[in-house]
Amino acid sequence: MEKFVRIEYVGQCFETRNGPFVALRDINLDIRQGEFISLIGHSGCGKSTLLNLIAGLDRPSEGVLLCDGKEIAGPGPDRAVVFQNHSLLPWLTCSQNVHLAVERVFGARESRGLLTRRTEEALRMVGLAHAMHKYPAEISGGMKQRVGIARALAMEPKVLLLDEPFGALDSLTRAHLQDELLHIVAATKTTAIMVTHDVDEAVLLSDRIVMLTNGPAATIGEILQIALPRPRDRVALMDNPEYTRYRACVLGFLHERHARGGVAPSTAPGGMGYAFRESADAAQAS
Amino acid sequence: MQDTDNIKLYDRRCRPAILDGVQRIVQACAGPAAGLALLAFIWKVISLKTGDIPSPETTFEAAVELFRDPFYNNGPNDVGIGWNILASLGRVAVGFLLAALVGIPAGFLIGRISVLDKICSPVISLLRPVSPLAWLPLGLLLFKAAGPAAIWAIFICSIWPMIINTADGVRRVPKDYLNVARVLDLTEWRVFTRILLPSVLPYMMTGVRLSIGTAWLVIVAAEMLTGGTGLGFWLWDEWNNLNVGNILIAIIVIGAVGLALDAMLLALTRRFDHREA
Repeated sequence: MEKFVRIEYVGQCFETRNGPFVALRDINLDIRQGEFISLIGHSGCGKSTLLNLIAGLDRPSEGVLLCDGKEIAGPGPDRAVVFQNHSLLPWLTCSQNVHLAVERVFGARESRGLLTRRTEEALRMVGLAHAMHKYPAEISGGMKQRVGIARALAMEPKVLLLDEPFGALDSLTRAHLQDELLHIVAATKTTAIMVTHDVDEAVLLSDRIVMLTNGPAATIGEILQIALPRPRDRVALMDNPEYTRYRACVLGFLHERHARGGVAPSTAPGGMGYAFRESADAAQAS
Repeated sequence: MQDTDNIKLYDRRCRPAILDGVQRIVQACAGPAAGLALLAFIWKVISLKTGDIPSPETTFEAAVELFRDPFYNNGPNDVGIGWNILASLGRVAVGFLLAALVGIPAGFLIGRISVLDKICSPVISLLRPVSPLAWLPLGLLLFKAAGPAAIWAIFICSIWPMIINTADGVRRVPKDYLNVARVLDLTEWRVFTRILLPSVLPYMMTGVRLSIGTAWLVIVAAEMLTGGTGLGFWLWDEWNNLNVGNILIAIIVIGAVGLALDAMLLALTRRFDHREA
């Protein structure tokens, strides 16, 4: 289906002590079913704000968001979120954490045994069958994030939203989880939207990379189609000239045309962005 | 020189584990033992100087005598120390449970609903610093009896820490967990049992500990005023009999029971603490 998720003329404005702060403006984006989209931009540019709008955790001050033909009016299990800091409940075991989600989505229709099977299946998919009965405090950061992914996938969401899912992990674990995510998304054909600031991660995983200009009043600066064939292999891609070109393209956008705190290039679209860098940071912190 | 150092190291490594264990116990006990010995010494000096206060040994002998038959009952004003301890503990338990029944739900509501917070906070701030004993006359007036009035004083003094700490715990539930609840679209009941309650429990237990501590402080004073039974009454009664030895015993017993209550609750609190590192 074309245009599974539609974002139309969306703007977001926050009330702060120093008056209104425009985080996003004029965001227009259509996402196909099964597509993998990365939102990339410098910190403070409003990528997470946009993801929260799609999740329904916040409402936009302007414009409208639609998912599967319906307006996004609030959060819901059809748009599962993998949080940056995993957000597992520390008093529940891994399987209980996943079960909480499974129970909510399928509890009304399915037997207990089936719910347990779904929980186990989700944890097996992220390679954590052995740690099911451990508490989050007893497992590593990478494992916690995997449980977070399992929890989101177990809900069989229409859209999987990932908010810098691997940002807090060491690079080896991150690479490993990226590969797993590639496999899982390929197997489940889930539509995914991921916030990231890692260029390699974005190129490796995405069908399209949406690059945001610097805040405040950030908007979509450029969209890059990644036409690399799937399945993708990170080692093989290293020598792929296309991969290198995509990478250079994103890096160019981030570090030349939209560098944080650099000299203002006259050609920058939506250019006045970083003149307000400090106020943007202040709004982030609040 | 180096040789002797090596020998020392070697010796330490070869020492049997049991000796290490003994050493650890001795080290752990040395401090408290020294403190208690110092206390007994000061007590002894004072008793030698004044003559009014019995020495530690005679008090100890009196205590042994007293605890030989703690549960006798010779009519209303002459019961064993065991009955007095139980009477005080009973009042604390009833007053405290009533306070928990009211205070914990109230704390949840105040923490969750900001309008209620705005209404209740000034009232709580006004009433909390009032000595619970100031409420005793009102209790006597309302309940027309000493026992319920003492329980009333316990109720009043226990309720504030429980309301305040529970409400604080509810306000501090991490936003991430509440976002999880929103994304999963959990029912209110599930949010309460799976997220609010476990996350508030450590704060609530802190409130419970503070409450019990205050309640134990207050009950002794309340019983002095209301009379009848209980450790406070017994202490005051012994003062009227000029039996200073028993007063000293009462002080130590009150301290020991308070310590035991706190240790029990601390152990319980640790079991409920899920806060992550």
